[in-house]
Amino acid sequence: MEMPRIDPFALAKKDKLIARLSEVLPDDAIIHAEEETRAYECDALTAYKCPPLAVVLPRSTSEVSAVLKICHDMDVPVVPRGSGTSLAGGALPTADCVILGVARLTDVLEVDYDDRIIRLQTGRTNLSVTGAVEADGFFYAPDPSSQLACAIAGNIAMNSGGAHCLKYGVTTNNLLGVTLVQMDGTVVEIGGAHMDSAGMDLLGVVCGSEGQLGVVTEATLRILPKPEGARPVLIAFDDNETAGECVADIIKAGVLPVAIEFMDRPVIRATEAFAHAGYPDVEALLIVEVEGSEDEIDEQLEVIEKIARSHDPVELRRSTSETESAAIWLGRKSAFGAMGQINDYMCLDGTIPVSELPGVLRGIRELSKKYGLDVGNVFHAGDGNMHPLILFDANKPGDLELCEEMGAEILKLCVEVGGCLTGEHGVGVEKRDLMHHQFNPGDMEAQLRVKDVFDPKWLLNPAKVFPLDVTASRRA
Amino acid sequence: MQSKERGAAVLRPESEEHLAEIVRGANGPLSVRGGATRHTPRPGEALTTVGMTGITLYEPGALTIVARAGTPMAEVQAALAAEGQRLPFEPMDHRNLLGTDGVPTIGGAVAMNVSGPRRVQVGACRDSLIGVRFVDGEGTVIKNGGRVMKNVTGYDLVKLMAGARGALGILSEVSFKILPAAATEATLRLTGLDVAQAVRAMAAGLSSPFEVTAAAHDPATTQTWMRIEGLDGSVAYRTKELSRVLAPFGTVDRLDPDASATVWRAVRDAQAMQGTGDVWRLSVRPSHAADIVARAGAEASLLDWGGGLIWLRLPTGTDLRDRLGPFAGHATRVRGAPDPQPEDAALAALTSGIRARFDPKGLFRSTHHQTAGA
Repeated sequence: MEMPRIDPFALAKKDKLIARLSEVLPDDAIIHAEEETRAYECDALTAYKCPPLAVVLPRSTSEVSAVLKICHDMDVPVVPRGSGTSLAGGALPTADCVILGVARLTDVLEVDYDDRIIRLQTGRTNLSVTGAVEADGFFYAPDPSSQLACAIAGNIAMNSGGAHCLKYGVTTNNLLGVTLVQMDGTVVEIGGAHMDSAGMDLLGVVCGSEGQLGVVTEATLRILPKPEGARPVLIAFDDNETAGECVADIIKAGVLPVAIEFMDRPVIRATEAFAHAGYPDVEALLIVEVEGSEDEIDEQLEVIEKIARSHDPVELRRSTSETESAAIWLGRKSAFGAMGQINDYMCLDGTIPVSELPGVLRGIRELSKKYGLDVGNVFHAGDGNMHPLILFDANKPGDLELCEEMGAEILKLCVEVGGCLTGEHGVGVEKRDLMHHQFNPGDMEAQLRVKDVFDPKWLLNPAKVFPLDVTASRRA
Repeated sequence: MQSKERGAAVLRPESEEHLAEIVRGANGPLSVRGGATRHTPRPGEALTTVGMTGITLYEPGALTIVARAGTPMAEVQAALAAEGQRLPFEPMDHRNLLGTDGVPTIGGAVAMNVSGPRRVQVGACRDSLIGVRFVDGEGTVIKNGGRVMKNVTGYDLVKLMAGARGALGILSEVSFKILPAAATEATLRLTGLDVAQAVRAMAAGLSSPFEVTAAAHDPATTQTWMRIEGLDGSVAYRTKELSRVLAPFGTVDRLDPDASATVWRAVRDAQAMQGTGDVWRLSVRPSHAADIVARAGAEASLLDWGGGLIWLRLPTGTDLRDRLGPFAGHATRVRGAPDPQPEDAALAALTSGIRARFDPKGLFRSTHHQTAGA
């Protein structure tokens, strides 16, 4: 992975930088000893590592502002970091950068059930947002699978999704306002507890900008009343095409499941060996979950099962209790762990139009043969967000590169059929060099203009999202 | 200004390429409109998008529709209805309120981020919008987003274009995530509440697990409405349960599907604002709504989105901002003289910087300024 050339003067600036940071932060908020900065050398994309120049862990918006102002003055790049769970290398440092971690910004500032909002500092973890309101019957809807660890700051930077997007949307649909600190230290309030924006929708472009437009220190999120209950049905098919058709027909039928999950044979077998969920050994499994009261759930499941039966499923298993629901979800929830038992894996997240599902699964299988690497598919079928898991051996020289090459082929296929490179993980460094396949130069230039306005010196997370040759003149 | 438009030829591109050609050749301001249902005369050469029509892709099984920007809203809605689907955000029709007679277009709804009563549950137009194509001020065709509902590839200019009022470019194509239409609907009605009580009742409904898809209050008739949509059995169950939640606020009666639809059409199009005078649209914290309505002292008012959206009718020229003082949210004069939003300096620097980069020749400047209040 190519990263920008390190400015030797940047490293020489280190002592002066630390001295200036010490004027605005307490000592325990600055980490600069080499053995300690190493803890921040990568995120969940562990194939790439680089210790930063320094790490700062501010406790307030004003401290964040003071840090950014100093870095801006001294032309030091800054890489914002939530909990470091990015699968795309969104928080990968460069040797000349300051990592700005929001881990100590964890306060809940306001909860208002009448307005159904929560305002909080963004270092708080995703799951703890729901934790703060669930005793009163509310929850925060976006649920990335890293939700126990990932921070709201990172969710906003990547516009994170989750399994329940079909009904509840992704982060951007549940975000009402942010406090954003710009690279020059300017603090700006965008949105608030009201529902729509006064002028241009800056909130919309900040969400998903991968920490390149500013550091979000506080956020106002929409919270929702918890549904009365939820129950899934498991539907098994002998081929992927039929499963894909069944998904489309369920969606067309007028019920809106809260989740439609899809697993293919390699994943089914791996999870069976690992978690013994009792899944049938078939080509494709669907888990379709609906919400409501007991009767409402049954009413919706009737509709779904009627459609499923018209596609002649191998098995159809409706959950009638919490225990049965847990059993149905067990395999799905342990799918990643099960695949990890077999080997190292790379998880992609390209999205495709649902109608292209069978063709893309066939294409992935052909690539698997061509590259000699096994692939399992487990994904959110309702919204077309694939998650091919390519198995490789990190200790075998050349295997990672082979896996990356195959991953790129899969993502190009997603784009070719009308989809995109990433549905919820973000571009980061991982997919940066594939952006040419989705956007022409004009499309990318339009995005760069926005960064020019928020961060004219291109110091915030500068080596991410866009191919380096595209941004070279701006980063100079 | 009006005379400049009258009689002058209106530019009517029939394709995106043609539109780009016109913009590249333009050397003065353009006065852009879709179906002109919210259009006010303004300086510049007139350009309409209504020549660019047609649904280019519709996949009911993927909940996706793509249409050229000038496609009439009615055409999009009819195509969706034929498959039992709909635009989730329930866009309002401005013609009655503004006394205009154009044909609303899908691109116009996007440019203004027009969202109706269901916004409170499923989000605004911008939340359903998943892709755009547009021509910027230099005549470059730009695409962002696409036809899939989960997409975080690059910056989200889709959201930036929704509600930008044409300041960054002229939309040529828009894509949406759509939803199944409900099998049936019902509305529960409370009568006799004041605004403060109504807001509390709506908060109780919206905080229940019974999936209220709209909540509005009309102070003139003291009626408060909450809508439930879905499968027959589910609607029956939830209206019964919601009635219990609302019982402490007064007597609840139930409107059948037809009456329910009539109520929500009226709320969507702000029919309570009929009459003369200025009409303002306020976006506020729902729990502040009663206080704001009291301070405004309007001739007519209407609360939607559980109190988060307030419509007010006031005598022409009333300085509402002075009456209200500072409040969390914002106000726009929708009918009456344009009244630009006061904007925070740091925010204004960002928005004007973005405008300057997408529209360096200032072709769309008048569009933006003139429609800031429309």
